[in-house]
Amino acid sequence: MTFELCVIVIAPLVAILAAGVPPRSRVAEYVNLLASLAVLLAALPLPFRIRSPLFYWGGYVIVDQLGAWGMLCTAVVYFLASIYAVGYMRLMDRPKRLVNFYALFAAFAWTMLVAPLMNNPGVFWIAIELTTLVSTFLVGFEREAESMEAAWKYIIVVSAGISLALLGTVLLYWGGSLVLGPTYDMTWQVLRDVAPRMNPVLLKLGFLLVLVGYGTKVGLAPMHTWLPDAHSEGPAPVSAMLSGALLNTAMLGIVRYLAVTDAAGIGLLPRTALVVLGILSVFVGALFIVRQEGVKRLMAYSSVEHMGILALGFGFGGVLGVAGALYHMLNHSLNKSLMFFGAGNVMRRYGTKEMPDIRRVLSEFPVSGLLWLAGAVAITGAPPFGTFLGEFSILRAGFGSPNVWAALIMLVLLIVIFIGFLNHFRAMYFGRKPETLPAGRWGGGWCAVPMWLALVPLLVLGLWWPERLLTLFTAIAHGLGVPS
Amino acid sequence: MLAVHLDPLAASLFSLIAIASMLLSFVMLGSRWLKDYMYAFGVQSWLIALLSALVGYYGHYPELYLVAIFTLLFRGLLLPYLVMRILQRLRVERELHLILRPSASLVAGAACALFALLVASRVGAAIGLTQNIVVLALMVMLTMKLVGFLMLSVRHEAVSQILGLLLLENGIFLGSQILIPGMPLLIELVILFDLLVAVACFGVLVRYLMTHVGSTSSLDLKRLVG
Repeated sequence: MTFELCVIVIAPLVAILAAGVPPRSRVAEYVNLLASLAVLLAALPLPFRIRSPLFYWGGYVIVDQLGAWGMLCTAVVYFLASIYAVGYMRLMDRPKRLVNFYALFAAFAWTMLVAPLMNNPGVFWIAIELTTLVSTFLVGFEREAESMEAAWKYIIVVSAGISLALLGTVLLYWGGSLVLGPTYDMTWQVLRDVAPRMNPVLLKLGFLLVLVGYGTKVGLAPMHTWLPDAHSEGPAPVSAMLSGALLNTAMLGIVRYLAVTDAAGIGLLPRTALVVLGILSVFVGALFIVRQEGVKRLMAYSSVEHMGILALGFGFGGVLGVAGALYHMLNHSLNKSLMFFGAGNVMRRYGTKEMPDIRRVLSEFPVSGLLWLAGAVAITGAPPFGTFLGEFSILRAGFGSPNVWAALIMLVLLIVIFIGFLNHFRAMYFGRKPETLPAGRWGGGWCAVPMWLALVPLLVLGLWWPERLLTLFTAIAHGLGVPS
Repeated sequence: MLAVHLDPLAASLFSLIAIASMLLSFVMLGSRWLKDYMYAFGVQSWLIALLSALVGYYGHYPELYLVAIFTLLFRGLLLPYLVMRILQRLRVERELHLILRPSASLVAGAACALFALLVASRVGAAIGLTQNIVVLALMVMLTMKLVGFLMLSVRHEAVSQILGLLLLENGIFLGSQILIPGMPLLIELVILFDLLVAVACFGVLVRYLMTHVGSTSSLDLKRLVG
């Protein structure tokens, strides 16, 4: 176990070094690819091998099943995006800057892999803040006016939002110190143990602040304003990492705090707050998906929607809700990577981000166009893909929870999104032929292979929900305090 | 906790520093000169460093002396220096197009302070700690938070936004020194370090904004909508 952990933590660091020491873009490229493969191989078996949480470094590092699951999702996206980046980033024709790109890329992956390991909520906050600082430069990497604007909005909105989470953390520490005495080591477990004796007003206030703070990072509406800009202006592999890995990582923080308020038994307020934010996100996602023109912004609003669905799953709670949300986390990571990869290919080929200028995709991309189309069907939550199973479980959990109204609204909004999203794809695939022919290049095989690697597991997970995953999710749900 | 059994002199010193820091955040709100913001922030950081040292002295937390020194070095000297360099490079001296005039924003800030007082006294009553210093610390923490958000929303020069963010964190730092002086040292140090990295990032970003967008006012950032 320790060995796997070391690989996960050290491999991206090696990639950062390799990007810097011989400043050659090819070396950086391949070392980053190898590092991501190593991380993936180490992270895949990790959640299944942990029985009880392990602690390292004087209790500052925790390896538990929930964290390991988050790391697995991150590792999958990191690997896929690293393959894709080889083809995509070479199109930039600036080998000197590629070295910086890979150093930042590996650093970004590292911060996201390390964050779920943090056992102290304060240190977790720092790790999340670090992910912002590193990824800002990736968002602004193309250095056009639009990407600089997106990067600036991203760092300002997210830093301001996340400072609320720090305030919440401080208030919760204070609440604990009124019970445990002025100095104690705040860990997730200590917070949960002390929560029933903590003052409910402080606990609620702290939780709501934390929810809004990390909710900003997750991209829950109405704090999502940075998300469409950052996702649409960064290079495609970065968009995939932001959407498929970063949002999940921040969500883990909310989930861990939710376990704290659950342990305190202070009523429905925390869950209802999460459910309301979730529904609002699905609603905002639906509105902006229907009337969207930018292809990557479409995917970005779909991320807002899916984070809303995850929030709903965790908010509904119960074994079913948690299992559905965790399953959906992985499926969304796979699916959204696929969608951003496809969007990147199309963008390069047609030389535009505007959907009205993208027509007859299949005649340009006979094979990977089909993969993208299948991904589009999957992302709307249609069978036979994994996203369907996840959303279906969450809905079932919703009908069994006190917030049935939310499940009903979610159902309606999902139908709206299904129609709105696929309508854009209908136009892009079967619309009238454009007058000008696309002239750009695209990344070729490097950019097609990760699409296969994302779609095949997505399909398999849709046809077959492995027994071992179910036991894992049940164990995580029990670990979060869900009664069996 | 420390704030409950505090001798009167210490309590009044703490209150004085807290109120002075809050007033300094109003100085930022009431001015349109970017240099004023920076000086106000610098003085505020010095006050917070002094507060750390005092809390360390009265509460017998020797590690807080270290925090005080680092606060002084990082927040009191290094951060203002970095911001100063950004200012010099930009050659922007003041907010040009004000969304809210200084007088109006002062009124809005006062409303924020009243709201913070209301919340703080409610929370204080709910947890049974009605000592002035507890309520005051909570109130100042929330006021600085709200004023910081106000700065972020009504000021749009890049430097004002950076300082608005730093103000948010100063508020948390000030409140946590009084309310939870026992918070582990490691966290405070890492957060300080984190701030440094943040400002360095901001500096680089501001330079890119200047060269690629041609302006550092967020009013000119309006290409991405919908």
